[in-house]
Order: sequence, then structure tokens, then C-alpha cells
Amino acid sequence: MSSIVLILLTGVGLGALYFLVASGLSLIYGLMHVLNFAHGAFLTLSAFIGWQVAQALGTASWGSFVVSILVGAAVGALFATLTELVLIRPLYERHIEQVLVTVGLSFAAVALFEGIWGTDAVNIAGPAWLKETTEILGARIPNTYWVLMLAAALVLVALVLFLKKTRYGMIIRAGVENRAMVTALGIDVRRSFTLVFAIGGAAAGIGGVLAMHYTTFVSAHLGATLLIFAFIVTVIGGLGSLTGAAIASVLVAVLQQFANVYLSGTGDFIVVVLLAVVLLVRPTGLMGRKA
Amino acid sequence: MSAPILTVTHLSASIAGQQVVEDVSFEVPATGITAMLGRNGVGKTSTMRAVLGLISRKGKVLLAGERIDGLPTHRIVQRGVGYGPEDREVFATLTVAENLALAERDSKPRREFVAELFPDLMARRSQLAGTLSGGQQQMVSVARALLNDNRILLVDEPTKGLAPKIVGDVARALQEAAKIVPILLVEQNLDVVRALADGAIVIAGGCVVHTGKARDILDDDALTTRLLGVSAEVHS
Repeated sequence: MSSIVLILLTGVGLGALYFLVASGLSLIYGLMHVLNFAHGAFLTLSAFIGWQVAQALGTASWGSFVVSILVGAAVGALFATLTELVLIRPLYERHIEQVLVTVGLSFAAVALFEGIWGTDAVNIAGPAWLKETTEILGARIPNTYWVLMLAAALVLVALVLFLKKTRYGMIIRAGVENRAMVTALGIDVRRSFTLVFAIGGAAAGIGGVLAMHYTTFVSAHLGATLLIFAFIVTVIGGLGSLTGAAIASVLVAVLQQFANVYLSGTGDFIVVVLLAVVLLVRPTGLMGRKA
Repeated sequence: MSAPILTVTHLSASIAGQQVVEDVSFEVPATGITAMLGRNGVGKTSTMRAVLGLISRKGKVLLAGERIDGLPTHRIVQRGVGYGPEDREVFATLTVAENLALAERDSKPRREFVAELFPDLMARRSQLAGTLSGGQQQMVSVARALLNDNRILLVDEPTKGLAPKIVGDVARALQEAAKIVPILLVEQNLDVVRALADGAIVIAGGCVVHTGKARDILDDDALTTRLLGVSAEVHS
């Protein structure tokens, strides 16, 4: 029983991390039809800068931990905004070129990060509580997972409130459904593109700092490793659906954890099989809409 | 006769490299309803979308004498061109109230006018637009265009696929709307055209082949059959 609880809750925690990365990917694709391969770079830069801020403030304190997360979110948002303004916007409506430029940026960013911070993984530290565990029904759950779950829940609630309660949120929801009709109502939908990139970058930034604490290290490849699963989650959830991304994140991560334990470490393989099944049976994903 | 509100000169348009509008020139007067007629697939919807810049186009488009053909769609709409698209295109996952709120551009949108014209919609403000009937969705589509002080409305097949009673409701709403804003109307239902339209523009083969009074065209059965491929006998 305790091992099932452990697998389940660590799966939910990992799913929370996937969601932080996938939420932005899904919104960006839904509104702009851009598969953003540079999303992992937003995450990695946020993690590195977050780590430097934490070091400057003292890694053991909760204050520096919270500040590093906020700085990570700001760095992710800024990097994503610049990417949209400088690289994506000039290629408006040229989707293939937009995707290619994000691929190029992801490669260039990894090379740049290796040039600045080196090719070896950097071990990190945080508040002592994060290294401890909390017992639930006999299972000892690493505390990092609770932080991941809390952060993802806060980001989800904030995103839902933003999308439901603000005019820009309404424009984004409408744009995901029918972008041309939004412009035909006299709305410059391109302003929302920058906003969606910034929001996605901020969520990825939070994910980057927390991923660093989850893995206890940061490297130039941190984002790329998570990006693969974030893409899978985004497709399974339904491109453009935030709710779909949330459900798929947990589903994929829990399945992955169970397969790793009970099917000889085949978690990654099972996730890819799940992706293939979803694409065959329900190509629009769990919550996606038909084109 | 007053100056036209919309002047289109040598407009051509293409979708994915395929030419869908050849060479269209016409004028829309500043009052009343002008019908754009033609057989299926001749380019009526594409002409409207080209005027709005929703598809790639060449040619000259003047709104009250000012060129708008170089502007992006949202700027054209902001200049006062309202659009009711074919198949309604309401935002299905947004409520009726959100669909209407999204369309509001003016500081004082005509909420009372729209509420009087479509009382049924007001009772369904919190309902998701995707769950409305076709007629109700059409009302949302027209209401979105009427909320603002537009200089012209482009309304594309508003009665398509609707039950006869609902067709009457939509026609009455357009008639009311035409009292405050000129309308360019694409419509296949010739009874509706007869009831609403003052002028008519007929398109065939991607070009304008006839302009005149709507009644004159519809009363000439031979002309209607030749231009539109259907008889214009009154069905009421």
C-alpha cells in the first residue's frame, strides 16, 4: 500500500513539473500554432539565474528560495517575450519558419549556457526541509514533490482566473478557437501572442527553478530533457487546452512512475506508447478541439 | 445620390495561391441593404473576406473615400466595418455575454439596441455560444456587428441553414439594423433578398456581371435564371 501511495504521489509531483512546462507550450500552440522548441531554453536560463540569485542570498533560507522562483519566473517571461518580439513576430503566419527558428534558438541557447556555466552539471542546494520527507499512509514522500504540486496548483489557478476573468484572457480563449474571427472583431491578436509567450515563459521559469531542486542539479540540458515530456503531455492533453495539459501531465507522470517500478523501468517507453495510442484513437488529444 | 460608403475597384484575391476573386469592382451606397448575389462558388464570400483583408488580395478598397486595402484586418474593422461571417463563427467555448463583450470596441456600445433586437439572447447571456441553436448563433453574430457604431456591415449568408421562422426573425433584425447602418448582404434566399435589398450586385466567374435594383433583377425571371441559375418566383 505504501509503495503505491509513494508512486502515485511522486507521479503527481512529477506531473506538476510537466504541467509547469506544458501549460505555456499548449497555450502558445493553441493561439499561434507555433511548436516552441525554445521553451526548454526559457526553463534552463531561469534555473541558472535562479540558482545564482539563491547563492547570492544564501541557499538555505526560504526567502532566497522564494526569491529565486520569482526571479526564475521573471527571467523566463523576459526571455520568452524577447523571443516572440525579435524572432517569432517577423515571421508572422510563416509557421514552419517560426518552428525552425525556435529549434535554432534551442541549440544556440544550450551552447551559450555551456559557454557561460560549463558543460558539467552544477549541484545545487536549498532549504533543508526540501531534502526531507513527509510520511503519508506509510509512504515517505520527498518534500520537493509537495512544493511542485503547490506551485503547479497556484499556476493553474492563476492561469484559469486570468483566462476567465480578464479581457486578454477572453481574447486568448477566443483566439485559440478562431484567431481570424478575433481579428475580424477589430482586435489586434498579435498583442496577445507576446502576452502568451510571456505567461508561458514565466511558468517555464518557475518550472526551471523547481526542476533544479527536483533533480538537485542544473545543467545546460535541463530544459531539453523536460521538453520532450512536456510536448508529449501537450499533445495527449490536446494542443491549446490548459485543462487537457493539466490532466495529461498527471496521467503521463503517474503512468511513467508505475511503469518504472512495476514494468522494469519502462516508464519512458510506456509514455511514448500512450502518445501513439492517443494519436491513433483520438488525434485531437483528450481535450483538444477538431481543427 | 450620396457618395458610396464602400468602393471596390479591380479587387482580386487568392487563397493558398488559388485565385478566388478575379477582378471585382462595385460600389455600396451609404444607406440601405445591397445584396451581393451569384451562384455557389463564384466568390461572394471571398470578396467579402478580401475587403476585410482576411485573405490575400490586390486592388483598391475605399471606405467613405479613404483607402483601407493596405490595412490589416483589425484596423479595417476599427475604421467601422462590421462583419457577420458565413456559418456565424461564434466562439463556441465562450458564453453569449463573452462573445458580445469581445466585440465591443466603442466606449458606448449599443447594448440597449441589441437587447431590444434580440431579447432571447439577453436571457441566455451565461449560456455557452456553442450550445445555442443555429438561429440564436446567427443572432449573436449579427449582434456583435451591431454593438459598435460601424459605417457598414458585411453580412454573409445570415439565413443559411435556418428554419423558416428563424429566417423571418433574422430578416427583421437586419431590416432594423439597416435603419442605422448600410449593409452589404450575401444571401442565397431570394425571398429574403426581395424583402430586404434595395440594390444588387451579381457576381459570376469571379467578376461583377450585373448591378442594379434588386427588385428589377428578381422580377426579370429570365435574367435571374441566367445570372443566378434559379427562378426568383416569390414563395410566400
